[in-house]
Amino acid sequence: MKPPSFKYHAPRSVEEAAGLLAEHGYDAKLLAGGQSLIPTMNFRLAQPAVLIDLNRIPELAYIHPAGDGGVRIGAMSRHVQVEKSDLIAQAAPLIHETMPLIAHPQIRNRGTFGGSIAHADPASELPAALLTLGGRVQARGAKGARWIEADEFFLGLFTTALQPDELLAEVRFPALPARAGFAAREVARRHGDYALVGVMALVGLDAGGACNLARLTYFSVGDGPTPAPQAAAALIGQRPTSEALAAAAELAASADIPEPVADIHATAAFRRHLIKALGKQALQQAFIRAGGAA
Amino acid sequence: MTTRTFGQRIRRNEDPVLLTGQALFTDDVNLPGMLHVAFKRSDYAHARILSIDTSLAAAIEGVVAIYTAADLGDYWRPGPLLVSPPPIKDVVFNTRTQVPLARDKVRHVGEPIAMVVATSRYIAEDAAELIFVDVEPLPVVVDMEQALDPAAPLIHEDLTQNLVAHVIQQKGDYAAAKAQADVVVSRRLYYDHGVAAAMENRGVVANWDRKSQHLTVWDTTQAPVVIRNGLSGLLGLSAAQVRVIAPFIGGGFGPKIMMFYPEEVLVPWVSMQLNRPVKWIEDRRENFMSTTHERDQVHWAEIALSKEGRILGFKDFFLHDNGAYGPYGLTVPINSQCTLLGCYDVPAYYSEFKAVFTNKMYVTPYRGAGRQHGVFVMERMLDFAAQELGLSVHEIRRKNFIPPAAFPYNNAIIYQDFAPLVYDSGNYEPALDKALDLIDYDRFVREEQPKLRAEGRLVGIGLVSYVEGTGIGPYEGARVQIEPNGLVNVATGIGTQGQGHFTSFAQLVADQVGVDVRHVRISTGDTDKFHWGTGTFASRGAVVAGNAVHAAAERVREKILKLASEELEAAPEDLELTDGVVRVKGVPGSAIKLGDLAVRANPLRGAVKPGMEPGLEATAYFGPERGVTASGIHALIVEVDPETMQVQIKRYVTVHDCGRVINPLILDGQIHGGIAQGIGNAFYEKVVYDANGQLLNGSFMDYLIPTSMEVPRIEVDHVETPSPSNPLGIKGAGEAGAIPTGPAFAQAVENALAPFGVEILEIPLSPNRLYELVQARRQEA
Repeated sequence: MKPPSFKYHAPRSVEEAAGLLAEHGYDAKLLAGGQSLIPTMNFRLAQPAVLIDLNRIPELAYIHPAGDGGVRIGAMSRHVQVEKSDLIAQAAPLIHETMPLIAHPQIRNRGTFGGSIAHADPASELPAALLTLGGRVQARGAKGARWIEADEFFLGLFTTALQPDELLAEVRFPALPARAGFAAREVARRHGDYALVGVMALVGLDAGGACNLARLTYFSVGDGPTPAPQAAAALIGQRPTSEALAAAAELAASADIPEPVADIHATAAFRRHLIKALGKQALQQAFIRAGGAA
Repeated sequence: MTTRTFGQRIRRNEDPVLLTGQALFTDDVNLPGMLHVAFKRSDYAHARILSIDTSLAAAIEGVVAIYTAADLGDYWRPGPLLVSPPPIKDVVFNTRTQVPLARDKVRHVGEPIAMVVATSRYIAEDAAELIFVDVEPLPVVVDMEQALDPAAPLIHEDLTQNLVAHVIQQKGDYAAAKAQADVVVSRRLYYDHGVAAAMENRGVVANWDRKSQHLTVWDTTQAPVVIRNGLSGLLGLSAAQVRVIAPFIGGGFGPKIMMFYPEEVLVPWVSMQLNRPVKWIEDRRENFMSTTHERDQVHWAEIALSKEGRILGFKDFFLHDNGAYGPYGLTVPINSQCTLLGCYDVPAYYSEFKAVFTNKMYVTPYRGAGRQHGVFVMERMLDFAAQELGLSVHEIRRKNFIPPAAFPYNNAIIYQDFAPLVYDSGNYEPALDKALDLIDYDRFVREEQPKLRAEGRLVGIGLVSYVEGTGIGPYEGARVQIEPNGLVNVATGIGTQGQGHFTSFAQLVADQVGVDVRHVRISTGDTDKFHWGTGTFASRGAVVAGNAVHAAAERVREKILKLASEELEAAPEDLELTDGVVRVKGVPGSAIKLGDLAVRANPLRGAVKPGMEPGLEATAYFGPERGVTASGIHALIVEVDPETMQVQIKRYVTVHDCGRVINPLILDGQIHGGIAQGIGNAFYEKVVYDANGQLLNGSFMDYLIPTSMEVPRIEVDHVETPSPSNPLGIKGAGEAGAIPTGPAFAQAVENALAPFGVEILEIPLSPNRLYELVQARRQEA
């Protein structure tokens, strides 16, 4: 479990990193927290010729308020910094609640917020949170910067819209709408393991107490963060009764994600069951928070 | 003796070095000019090797040598059969042991094919990746139930079937017992036991010094003396030319026993070939693929009882999945067969098993060593019988306990140590009463459970008993010596992997010679410090080596008293030994320090008198005729989440009887660790091979060991039934915690899921499996 040899660069600025990416492209891998990349290299499953270490670029580590009431998170912010941030707790409470679900404290001390999103592991929490909250990411390369909306960012298994010469620089979350509620739920074999099934919910209520916003995103069920649009659509205009939520969760399992992945820890049938069970629990909590007791 | 440390909760002598990272582990050995080894291992579970091309690998800068089976010459030979089959009538046993490097075919994924020696491990792994092995894949045997199918491919082609062994043991007449029975219950039960997953993987460093013609080997072995003896034989050296050191080891648990693993016999040989120090440290992936496993058994069991709930007879047939080779004989299935009988008086027993070869890593003992499987079968069958008879789980056990007056109790079958399965001593009811009391069994069943069930909560309670055969022979030895500075040196031949030997043995010595426990320095695992021994396994360290240490310390005490009585001109019975000083009782000032006495015992002038040996030193051995039987009760309360099927252990109580306890602090640690591994076995750990014999979970991401989050606080209590078989009255405790956890957990979960009528017939469980069991019942209903 030793990696093959590779060239190592430790740029001091985004420009320098972008230049190295432009030069090495597909041969290069970016090293952020290393919590996925280093084991993958030690198993020789990834054998990058060039490693570009982003850990000496201070300009990539920050948590700032955004003008619209949302937040901007620099890609090299450690999970633990986001977890402990008062700004995140106040302006992005779903993220605040999600952070302790991510692995173990040791991993959160090293792992980075941007790294987790760019890695696009289908079992990861943050890609699902990004989709649910309707966030976006800033990609930067030698040719400049561009914004990519969450729903255009995740393309499949460990695949994103980032080009080989781009790095993920910032993640931005909008403010929550008024009368919105959220929830994050997951079930894992052991505390800190990748989820067997996880789900993020964001809902909103109109003045009359009917649902006017519903987003439900699952993870660890497919090739990436997996939205349940039919389940969400079924809630719009409904009052959040227990029956309505159960019906929506049922729809997530039967219509949106009828064929979840199977592995040695959970069959597709058990995952469908968990999609239903966790979906209902998450919606319930989200509607309670939105002010409409379910 | 004014202070007695035996029985005291004394902190461990070894902890300061371990906790500050100062202890020597095998990977800490770094020698000038040392080379590093990596192995090319089989990607196939079963295949014929057509050719091996090492040319690209050999061309890499830094590669010093590459060896395949063909390069080993006469050194290529199958490993030793470590334990021959026990003397059981009509036993069938086919010896097929592992080979250092696969020659004609590979039989499991991870089997070593070629060895690369290079200037760094990185380069060695680069080169191993460039070794090309052309193979003809062969059909694979993965499922043990298909291994004996006449159509199954043969793993060892010189055999007519994939049979390791066929063994029948019986006592009494089961057919007659069944004919008289009021109730007969039969079930098919499945028990899988995972890998040891020790914190430290295996490792070997060898240094052949050509000038002194001496080989030093640092090895993560539990049995350094046996390895020294074996290696010297293999390498054509005198035992005096070979020193094997088993330094601190991060967990043994069985798979590091005297295995003569391929890597273990190759690294010393390579050091002699190249005249260089050579190191191989196993990585975690290698550990999963090529350190021995335990594995699954499937049992077809039948229990016959009277209507009062007395066991009249038990019949069992089982298959044992042995993997590709069988170096450790029949220890694991024999343990299953014997330990099944548990704490119970079973008048008639018929037990038959077949052990089979499969294309998987081979099986040798891992903490519990097959005992789990047997205990699971008996305890589950008693649960099912209790249900039929309308008895509680504790009533049926109490009715069948061997009564205290019946000891020594002869089970009339042969145990793993080749001696008849005789329990030296035991007293099971006090432990049961204590456990029932501690977990408040009746109140839980009467009040708490109905209340919680009414709220829709799935809570359950489990309680099982077990025995553990411990402390088997053949022998261990120890040498105790008082030094001129008053420190006490103790050497023994066993290895240590965290058991607390540096403290518990020190206590035994301190009590005899009257010194502070911290002034007794224990040496384990170094064949140059002590020449004779067997090893640390089968819960035998404290019993066998402990009694040897005790005996040697007694002799040193006698020597001290004899010499001091001359020096102080007082009768030996008037002397007392405290704080490193021999005093004449009640005569202040009439005393001599032990160190000074040691100097006088080894004089520079004058004479050591006839009949005396120099120094305050003695060596003693302890060789028990047979093992001693520990026992206990485990009880727990669980709650199952009705949606996610996660199981939370709310309480875990154990009442343990290992005779007299040297150090309750160390014992508690042993029990805690065992239960943690038992919980892993019950709910988390399973080695998964696919239909092609590929290992699907060879990392800690997918092979789930319980962490501190999954292991609850464990409440440990003790009953002490001293063993009459050794002077200290002690019994082993190394494996106890790990043995009954599976059946206790199964009973508790089954009890929690009683509203669904689920029956648990297997271990390990998982949320997924519980969901399937509940769903199956729902669909039936």
